[in-house]
Amino acid sequence: MENVTTAGHAPAGAHAHGHAHLHDHEQSFIWKYVFSQDHKVIGIQYTITALLFLLFGFALMALMRYQLAFPMQPIPVIGSLLGQANAPGGIMLPEFYNQLGAMHGTIMVFLGVVPLAVGGFGNYVMPLQIGAPDMAFPKLNMASYWVYFIGGVVMLTSFFIPGGAAQSGWTSYPPLSVITATDGQTMWLIGMIFLITSSLLGSMNFIVTIIQLRAKGLNFFRLPFFVWAQFVTSFLLLLAFPPLEAAGVLQLMDKVAGTSFFLPSGLVVGNKVMERSGGGNPLLWQHLFWFLAHPEVYVLILPAMGIVSEIIANNTRKPLWGYRVLVYAIIFLGFMSFVVWAHHMFMTGMGTTMSSFFQTTTMIISIPSVIILSALFLSLYGGSIRYNTPMLFALAFLPMFGIGGLTGLPLGLAPSDIHLHDTYYVIGHFHYVVAPGTIFARCAGIYYGFPKVTGRRMNDVLGKIHFVGSFIAINGIFFPMFIQGLHGVNRRLYDGGVQYAHAQPVLHWNQFMSYSAWTLMAFQLVFIVNFFWSIKGGKAVGSNPWNATTLEWTATSSPPLAHGNFETQPEVFRGPYEYSVPGRSTDYFPQNQRD
Amino acid sequence: MEIPYTVEVRPDTGLSNGKLGVWLFLSSEVMLFAALFSSYILLRVGSTEWPHGYQELNVPMAFFNTIVLISSSVTMVMAWASLKMNQFGKFKLYLGSTILLSFVFLVVKYFEYEHHLAVGEGPWHSTFLAIYFTMTGLHGLHIIGGIIVNSYLWGPGTKMWKTEPVRFTNRIEIAGLYWHFVDLVWIFLFPMLYLL
Repeated sequence: MENVTTAGHAPAGAHAHGHAHLHDHEQSFIWKYVFSQDHKVIGIQYTITALLFLLFGFALMALMRYQLAFPMQPIPVIGSLLGQANAPGGIMLPEFYNQLGAMHGTIMVFLGVVPLAVGGFGNYVMPLQIGAPDMAFPKLNMASYWVYFIGGVVMLTSFFIPGGAAQSGWTSYPPLSVITATDGQTMWLIGMIFLITSSLLGSMNFIVTIIQLRAKGLNFFRLPFFVWAQFVTSFLLLLAFPPLEAAGVLQLMDKVAGTSFFLPSGLVVGNKVMERSGGGNPLLWQHLFWFLAHPEVYVLILPAMGIVSEIIANNTRKPLWGYRVLVYAIIFLGFMSFVVWAHHMFMTGMGTTMSSFFQTTTMIISIPSVIILSALFLSLYGGSIRYNTPMLFALAFLPMFGIGGLTGLPLGLAPSDIHLHDTYYVIGHFHYVVAPGTIFARCAGIYYGFPKVTGRRMNDVLGKIHFVGSFIAINGIFFPMFIQGLHGVNRRLYDGGVQYAHAQPVLHWNQFMSYSAWTLMAFQLVFIVNFFWSIKGGKAVGSNPWNATTLEWTATSSPPLAHGNFETQPEVFRGPYEYSVPGRSTDYFPQNQRD
Repeated sequence: MEIPYTVEVRPDTGLSNGKLGVWLFLSSEVMLFAALFSSYILLRVGSTEWPHGYQELNVPMAFFNTIVLISSSVTMVMAWASLKMNQFGKFKLYLGSTILLSFVFLVVKYFEYEHHLAVGEGPWHSTFLAIYFTMTGLHGLHIIGGIIVNSYLWGPGTKMWKTEPVRFTNRIEIAGLYWHFVDLVWIFLFPMLYLL
């Protein structure tokens, strides 16, 4: 905190913002809101940045969907703004389509969904839930945000360099990614190194905070499930990301130093043998990449499960069904996620022994996922459910994630995967997990946590319009993908499959999916309006509007104190979900109440 | 606002924040280098021709560097022990030696690199040299990082010794843990790249 106090002496800042004296330390604007070391401000910075990236990533897809619905037709209005190099006459070039695809995946996963859940919600809520004054290392927390920010800027800048952004898919498989002549891939690799560094700093900080800064009496089996989810997620980020960093360094060497880590001998490009030493192995990249990218799936989904669990317990007014089982299941899920990666590689000819091993582990990992989902469904049984906006999103998460998970089983078995590999079925599967699954949970979290941050509730009617519209539209996008995929329509086709005979019976779905996507985008406007309007105009509420039990609602006001979070250090006497305890006047029993 | 357990140990975990933090950081580093070592194995097993390290590289220079790094680790421990015994002068001497030895390592490494580059054999020349340059280069970056941290603790960082001696001693311990890790990576790199 040293430099914050020093900055507080700066006379200009102290006068300019003297009116905003939330606290006795007067800080200049820049230290308070830009280079803040307060986990709550950093959490908000992460949330806003990540939401903007989600919107941007979605916009890229909205453009691609025009090309898929109306192949080789000029895009109205926006087409002329894309530049002659990308879309001459408003018609998108294949290279530009590939850039949009690669960057959509990268931005959604690494700059949108994960930073929103971990950097945003985790940063803001977790220290409050465990009764900590801040994160264990506030300066690292600030550094983590700014390194993430630089990574994002590098990724965005890559669109504007000659040749444009990376265009080899978010998976960046070599040799294609290495032999593509443009510099987009180099920028992608540099951006990834920043993002990996950011997540390393963040995950260290989260684990130390959870182990070291828990309030008195808050032992591990009294932690809210959200904290458990963040804990396991942090271990995945800490241990799974470095191999991708190693792979990124190797691919960067291939791009800039002329090495051949991923280039086999005698590679022919454009009818010419490449002048490289050769001797490399393209499969090495896939192993290193998926060693991260499979745990990354759980980095996406575990915080979602955490958010949904909190909201379900709160709105059914009863304890979570099987809290300990949920905890053991999530730990087991974390471990298993490290040994399933090669189920992405059944088509690489790695041999039946390897395939058998990885399809067995893949079937095993579905067990804890099913346990968690079943426990959450059973938690609903017998509850008097409050159907507010966050609860609707949380309830929708369950079947949506269920569809995403169950459609993954045929992909985890080598024989059926051979038919489905690289088709739209795969796209449908993981989008059901990530979009109506994970992003719905994030929406639930925003509606639920909004009163914590602002002291005001978001409008419930607008919230329900946002929910119903999004729910219908998002299924309109992703469900037809299963149908197309089962017909064998390949992913990453620039024209959506027009040239293929086997795609003809299901081509008409392309327009339907595109209209659904644009409808989904329109319904997000409702959310954006509601979000900004509610900051000032939402209904003012007390410090515990949902009648919750956990510390972030019961031990501090909403919005919480600027520094140190708590007036008095809270002490914890019981588990996190003591709802409807018999013989009590209220239907919730806060963790920090003695009796 | 004070963050608890920055200096003192939390009773039920037996750890201070910094120490737990650095162990987690090192576990992540282990995964980083493990991925590279695995890549080395995979590339070597899958190759048709792979030179023995001693045919391509200068073993005596690397052996000398190994001794240099081990010595720097020893002086690092001595620096920490000196603080524990409240001998600040000796601490300056020992940490100074660690920094000096790190520079010796880098200078020797420079001459090794120079020898290859002078005959036009950079990382592009063969997969063996590619992995050699990548892994020793990444290790070299870790050495440079260590030099920056240690120099700060040797120079401006010593202010803390007057105000919070225990916390300063802990910082030296944590920097030392990192330094031993960097040393340990080299202990694996040396036989793998130069001898096998």
